[in-house]
Formats: sequence, C-alpha cells, structure tokens
Amino acid sequence: MTPQQHSTVAIPPPPNLKLDDPASQRGIALQGVSKAFGSKVVLDGCDLLVNKGETLVIIGRSGEGKSVLLKNLVRLLEPDAGQIWVEGKEVTGLEHDELMGLRKQFGFLFQGAALFDSMTICQNVGLMLMEHLDWSKERILTRACECLSLVGLEDANDKLPSELSGGMKKRAGLARAIVMEPEYILYDEPTTGLDPITSDAINDLILKLQRELGVTSIVVTHDMASAFKVGNRIAMLSKGRIVYVGSVEDIKRTSHPLVRQFIEGRADGPLGVF
Amino acid sequence: MCRTLFHLRSAWRMRTEIIEQMRVVAVGSLPLVIVTSVFVGAVTAVQAVYQMQAYVPMKFLGTVISKSVFIELGPVLMALVVGSRLCANYAAELGTMKVTEQLDAMNIMAIDPVRYLAMPRFVAAVLMIPVITIFCDAIAIFGGYVASVVTLDVTSTTFIEGLRMFYKSSDLLGGLAKSFIFGGIIAMSGIFFGFNTEGGAEGVGQSVMQSVVGSCLSILVADYLLAIILFQILFKSS
Repeated sequence: MTPQQHSTVAIPPPPNLKLDDPASQRGIALQGVSKAFGSKVVLDGCDLLVNKGETLVIIGRSGEGKSVLLKNLVRLLEPDAGQIWVEGKEVTGLEHDELMGLRKQFGFLFQGAALFDSMTICQNVGLMLMEHLDWSKERILTRACECLSLVGLEDANDKLPSELSGGMKKRAGLARAIVMEPEYILYDEPTTGLDPITSDAINDLILKLQRELGVTSIVVTHDMASAFKVGNRIAMLSKGRIVYVGSVEDIKRTSHPLVRQFIEGRADGPLGVF
Repeated sequence: MCRTLFHLRSAWRMRTEIIEQMRVVAVGSLPLVIVTSVFVGAVTAVQAVYQMQAYVPMKFLGTVISKSVFIELGPVLMALVVGSRLCANYAAELGTMKVTEQLDAMNIMAIDPVRYLAMPRFVAAVLMIPVITIFCDAIAIFGGYVASVVTLDVTSTTFIEGLRMFYKSSDLLGGLAKSFIFGGIIAMSGIFFGFNTEGGAEGVGQSVMQSVVGSCLSILVADYLLAIILFQILFKSS
C-alpha cells in the first residue's frame, strides 16, 4: 500500500450529530473537536455521541488519537477547536472549579494504571474519598476495601504499586476509578499488555460495573475480542475523525473497507501499514 | 508560582503532607549539613588566620568567622548544597509523576496537583531552609572554633571574645531573610521544571539538570540583590 493508494480511499462523512436532540443532553457529545501537537494533527473535527448508560468502544490504529480523544473529554488536554458536552453542559467553557466538579463524575483507567507509586494500593483508592468527602478514616478504609474486593484485590491493601503485576495494577486502577461511584468511566486500553485470561477478567469487570453501577463507559482499545465483548456500540477513529459507528452486530457485518481491514487484522488494505 | 501562593490558604488542611515534606527537607539533609558546615567553619578559620596573621590581631578571628558565616557562607552555601539536593528531588519526583500520567490521574480525581504536591513542598522549603541555615551557622562556628583552638594556636578566650565583639543581630537576621527567599527559589525551580517535564527518562534527567542549574543561578543573582536591599538599605543604619 502506497500513500497515494491510501489517499484515494473515500472516508465516509462523520455521523451527523443533532446536539439539540435530547439524547445529547443525557450523555456525552463531541462536535468538531480538533487537536494538534505542533504540525501533527491528531483529531480533525471529530464528532461523536455517547448515550447515557451505554458502553461505547473506540477502536483505531495506534497513534490515531484515541487516548487524546479521551483526555480532551475531561480536558486533561485542551481541544484546539470544537465543543464537548456532558449532560448538556459544555465542558470546553467550564471554569477551573466547575471543571473539577465535573471530573468528580468521571473515573479514568489509564493505560499504565498511573497509580501513585509513593502510596499503598489502599491509599491510592481512598485518596479521592479523603479529599472530597468528610468521611471518617474507618469509613474510607471500608469503602476502599469494598472497591478492591470488587476487582479481586482484597489482599493487596498494604502493597505498593511496584509490588503488583501489570494486571493487578490495572485492577487497582479500576478500583480507584470507581471509588466515588462515577457516572462515567473512561478506559484507556484496559487490556493492552495483559495475558488473555487477565484480559478477559478485566472485560468481565467492565461488564459487571456497567450492569451493577449502570455507568456510561467509553473504552479505547485495539483489542477486538475485548471490543466485541464489552461494547454496546463500536466507533472507529481514523485520520482524526470517527469514520464508523455501529452496534457490535453491525460492525461484524459491515463492508466498510477501513473497518473490515482493522477487525480482520490485515496488513493490506486502505489503512496502510505505516 | 501564583497558583502555589494562592493555595497557601489550604496549608492547614495539608499539614500532614507539609510536615512530611519538612521531614524530607530537614532530616534527609542533616548529614550533608553537618559535614559541609564543620568544614566551612574550619576552612574559614584557616583562611582568615592566613590573611590576618601579620596585620590583624587574632582577637578578631571570631568576628571574621561569625560575620562571614552569618551573612554569606551559611545562607548561600546551604542554599546551594541543600538546595541542589532538594531541587533535584522535587524535579525528579514530580517529573516522573508527569511522564507516568500520575499528575493526569490526580487531575481527573479533581485534586489539583498544585495544591496537593507543589504547595506543601514550597511551604516546607521556605520554612526549613532557614532552620537548616541556623544549624549550619552554629555548626560552622563550632568548626571554626575547633580548627582555631586545636590547629591554629588561638586560645578559646580570644576566639569567643572576637565572636562577641562585633556581633549584630542584623547579621543573623539578614542571613535568615536571605535563606527564606532562597527556600522559595529552590522549591519553585524544582516544582516548575518537574511539572513541565516532557518525554520519558531522558526528559526527567533534563528537568533535574535544568532545575538545579536554574536554582543555583537564581540564588547567586538573588544573593547580590538581597545583599544590596538588606545590608545597603534596610540594615545600613543599625
């Protein structure tokens, strides 16, 4: 595949968003979000709608901007252009204190877990409670233990992150993300680098959280087994735009060339290799 | 810097973290402070005797050592030696947190890293560098005394008489005022470069280097300016 061939592939227009639609008031909506790092354009007018209570999986090749998209949602990165709404509130226009308030509704599982390495696992999980709630230490400890047992880490309370395996770190990160019972959880490659059994255990946890806590989730991954298992809908990001959104069944049947190449894991096709 | 100062209002709430950082600054630096200070005092005594022996009576030896240590050597050397250690510690710790997304994690947890990480370090440095400087002053005077009495044939009475003769509290206060400002410079340099680290291990290394260089240069420039403000303007008449 040459760059010329690559450029001849027609990318379908992004899904139309109706931001005055009541649906956008009950979930997350992005319209025309762009982000560049120097001359490298990562997001180029990205549109997306995430319904309340669903798990939307975003797939795409490495370096396509999936993690950047997640970070723009909660303004860990500032979008260069475009608008983002969470439950009808425009995130891009929020002041510092309002933004902090909004972030309390979110849990974020980082790719490398991003646990605070000077704190024990229990302290990591309990930190947000300590900072934002006027709870006693015993109550915080109880809640942290609850979250840790939910992810199967009840024995790791006093361990430091450096004493845990990759899978355990991800699970501890997940316990930290859910400790405040967020309405939204953003997962940045939750199964990357894990063995298939641990990956499946993480997928089960994501499903369990959606079932038991009713959270709205966005999962960024390029692990198709995980995407098919946890997703209600799947969106594909390519060249800075969402080029396809559909249900799991839709995406399995689609003839969209970019999506087909990606889910079949073929080197030859419109996506190119490098 | 403005945001760090703004968050000083949360100092009481963050007292546990501030005390922990004060422990890092003070206890961790103690061996370095003791060794540096003893030899600073001793070397000052040797050099002073060498310069004075044919022209100035030895009763002024204590005066020379105390004034050098209180006004200049104590605050500046402690700021350079302990400050470099501290600055490198802050930049490496915060820089590593930045590149491993720990700062992002803190942000998404609606915890402002400036309040939670920067402010306690700033307060600890500003409060503890003057305390360390007082230790340094005392130990350096002791080092100068031992060197003078044991190796330079100066009697104990002569040395102590010299110490008392021209003692001015403004010398000590001026030195402490300097170290207070130096503490702020050290903390700000480490925090600034730590928070602005980019890349991986190489980026952390760069940040550490830049923070130490930035801190040392800023201290030397500030020392000159403070010398003018304190000893040419404020304390001139006293």
